[in-house]
Amino acid sequence: MDGLAFDIAHLLAGGLVLVSFMMLYQDRLYALLNVFALQAVVLAAAVAWQARIQEAHHLYVTAAIALVFKAVIVPWALHRIMQRLGVHREVETVVSIGPTMLAGMGLVALSVVLMLQLTAAADNPLAREDLAFALSVVLLGLLMMVTRRNAVSQVVGFMSLENGLILAATGAQGMPFVVEISVAFSVLIALIVIGVFLFRIRERFDTVDVGALDEFRGDRQ
Amino acid sequence: MTALEAGLLLAAGLLALGPAGALVAQRTGGAAIVSGASAALATAFVAVGLWALLAAGPPVRTVLPLGLPWIGAHFRLDALSGFFLVVLGLGGAAASLYGIGYMRHAAAPGRVLPFYGPFLGAMALVLLADDAFTFLVSWESMSLLSWALVVSDHRDAEARRASYVYLLMAGLGTMALLFAFGLLAGAEGGYGFEAIAAAERGPEVTAAILFLMLLGAGSKAGVVPLHVWLPLAHPAAPSHVSALMSGVMTKVALYAFIRVVFDLLGPVAWWASPVVIILGAATAVMGILFAIVDGDAKRILAYSTIENVGVILVALGLALAFRANGMTALAALALTAALFHVLNHMLFKSLLFMAAGAVLSATGRRALDALGGLIHRMPVTAVLTLVGVTAIAALPPLNGFASEWLLFQGILQSPGLPQPALQLLLPATGGLLALSAALAAVCFVRFYGVAFLGRPRSDVAAGAVEADRWSLAAMAVLAALCVLAGILPGAAVDLIAPAVGQAAGGRVPPQLGNPWLTLVPVAEVQSSYSGFLVLVFTTASAMTAAWLVHRLASRRLRRGPAWDCGFPLADPATQYGAGSFAQPIRRALGGTLLAARERVEMPPPGDLRPARHAASTEDLAWTWLYLPVAAGVGALAARLNGLQFLTIRRYLSLVFVSLILLLVGLAVWN
Repeated sequence: MDGLAFDIAHLLAGGLVLVSFMMLYQDRLYALLNVFALQAVVLAAAVAWQARIQEAHHLYVTAAIALVFKAVIVPWALHRIMQRLGVHREVETVVSIGPTMLAGMGLVALSVVLMLQLTAAADNPLAREDLAFALSVVLLGLLMMVTRRNAVSQVVGFMSLENGLILAATGAQGMPFVVEISVAFSVLIALIVIGVFLFRIRERFDTVDVGALDEFRGDRQ
Repeated sequence: MTALEAGLLLAAGLLALGPAGALVAQRTGGAAIVSGASAALATAFVAVGLWALLAAGPPVRTVLPLGLPWIGAHFRLDALSGFFLVVLGLGGAAASLYGIGYMRHAAAPGRVLPFYGPFLGAMALVLLADDAFTFLVSWESMSLLSWALVVSDHRDAEARRASYVYLLMAGLGTMALLFAFGLLAGAEGGYGFEAIAAAERGPEVTAAILFLMLLGAGSKAGVVPLHVWLPLAHPAAPSHVSALMSGVMTKVALYAFIRVVFDLLGPVAWWASPVVIILGAATAVMGILFAIVDGDAKRILAYSTIENVGVILVALGLALAFRANGMTALAALALTAALFHVLNHMLFKSLLFMAAGAVLSATGRRALDALGGLIHRMPVTAVLTLVGVTAIAALPPLNGFASEWLLFQGILQSPGLPQPALQLLLPATGGLLALSAALAAVCFVRFYGVAFLGRPRSDVAAGAVEADRWSLAAMAVLAALCVLAGILPGAAVDLIAPAVGQAAGGRVPPQLGNPWLTLVPVAEVQSSYSGFLVLVFTTASAMTAAWLVHRLASRRLRRGPAWDCGFPLADPATQYGAGSFAQPIRRALGGTLLAARERVEMPPPGDLRPARHAASTEDLAWTWLYLPVAAGVGALAARLNGLQFLTIRRYLSLVFVSLILLLVGLAVWN
């Protein structure tokens, strides 16, 4: 593999992690959606580049799916949901931005150390680093779900976690195409389910703050 | 058909008695037929066991296509399991015979009969099992079926509590056995007993297995401090089942210990034996102390079972100590004492539980303080019980003395052991055993004296009638066997020898050729005992004394007032009672060991209430072990209960944090 191809793949995967960090400190919902769309674009680019250097043409389809669904349809749908819900545009974070960013850095360090250690026997440096970045994106997505109280941003965190999974799936060579399609569909279904769920919460409690659920159960912490 | 196949068929027959019992329980005579059938099958087990002991050939093995596919269920019959089959068969036959009469006036035979036969069958399968899986399945069936028998009187809150505690302890014991067999597994995970015996293991693993067996088999046998369920559960069952649980099931537990530790485990380091010996001595002393202060006839017997298990455990520990030092003949002596006491305890404890059952059905009362004077109303039961209490109090010429004497012969050989720790420990253990034997005598003088002698303390005791013929026959068989084993100890020792040889690798010299039926365990110059001569001399001297007294004094039968402490009140409550008998021992030994307290409530002058004296004892194992553990589990459960009511975000955080912890662990461990 020539140096440039490696560098570009590295850049794109690293960009994905960077965008994940950007999502962590967005405290407005619309901005969060925009960053999420940006992440999907970067993901599509990374997958397309993988398709090129691995000469695995079915990965172009995966890239297209990522671009169409995650960069366009899902943010647009969430945008509409938010408009229809009329939710206020502030993201209420449970943990403030600073500690969240520090925790995120810790997670990235953990995943890089862990992945490079575990895959020491593998001879493909690109796959190794891709896996490290993918794990970082997954963990950052989880971190976002944990540190936010708003259901919409929890949804976004979940979708960004899926992005990490797709990156991992495409970084490894010979991943069957069926799996990627099913991943895309599962994300779509999750979106639908969560969308319905949001409306339900909204109908019942007049807010999408999941804290309202706790209040309803009488054990607000 | 080999004896093993015969044994398996008999066990299958006993298992089939379960459904049969459920079908015929409501019919008149149904219970008698089922009990009679189980008596016949159990008697046949005696024949199978005797064959295995006398043939003394190599073990017979077979595989049945049951249980796990491609592995099957392995069974084996050898001298050791043969001996325990004899114990099981004798106890089972006597209990079933007793059951024919006892079940006639049982309140709900449908709650006992379906489980009774299978309980016997499951115990037989434990003795015949030849792989860990079969063993554990049979063991757990035995536990569960006996649990069902304990809870048969489910309207009684005591019985429900007893069965709950029993179920918990049985679960704990089976878990320990499971771990023990997990450690025992042979190379490539072979769970057949042959593969287990062939496997090599280090001293640490061996010690861990030994302690797990102490926990698993010990909890079933009633080793202190795992004994707490036993005095609750054994008395709660119907009396013939109590006899089986105390007389036979504790022996099956000891079989498990002997089978694993002596037969399968291979050499055990000497330092493991003091643990067994100390546990045994503590069990013996504590068991009999509890028995002395208790006021419930059946519970006294259950506590006394704990004492006897302690005695047997000391003998087993002694055998381990001798075997670890290569003193095979002495190890065989100690193991002979253990197995002989297994047989004897089965005989007299079953007899006594049946006697307590006869008293219970005649009076409806288990409290000693409600009985008294039964020797006039139930003369046959009284005489048979006297044989039982004499045997259990280890008085010559009965069998209890013979086996305890053998054990003391083993302890007297302990100066030959090379380890100073054992040389110091064993004389002290001997002292404790002597103490527990003396206390057992106190305990059963009290048991017999309060229940059968004196004047009736209640109307029901005054109106008691003799037990039915079946029950008396069962007790008479056991009493005769007690006497027989007492005056022919040599025959019993010779019979046990093949089983001992298999487990200890040696044997005591043959006894049947000795003159005067004498028992010579080591050498003539050291010690010998002849139950027969003792019987002859005690009988002769007693008859001479009686003849002389009657000859020299008047022949006339005189009736005088009963001894009343010089306080001529007619009230039978002024007699010595169960509490008064226990008081000296309770004050002397119970202060620390039983936390015995006495309280006197003296009303102020002018108050018309009577003064009250209350004595209380408690089981320190409950106070210091079980209640704290139960409180800890309860507190932990209450805290974990909160996990059911977390917010969504906290659940997510839980998942997230555990994922991170696992990943960090992975990163550190790599």
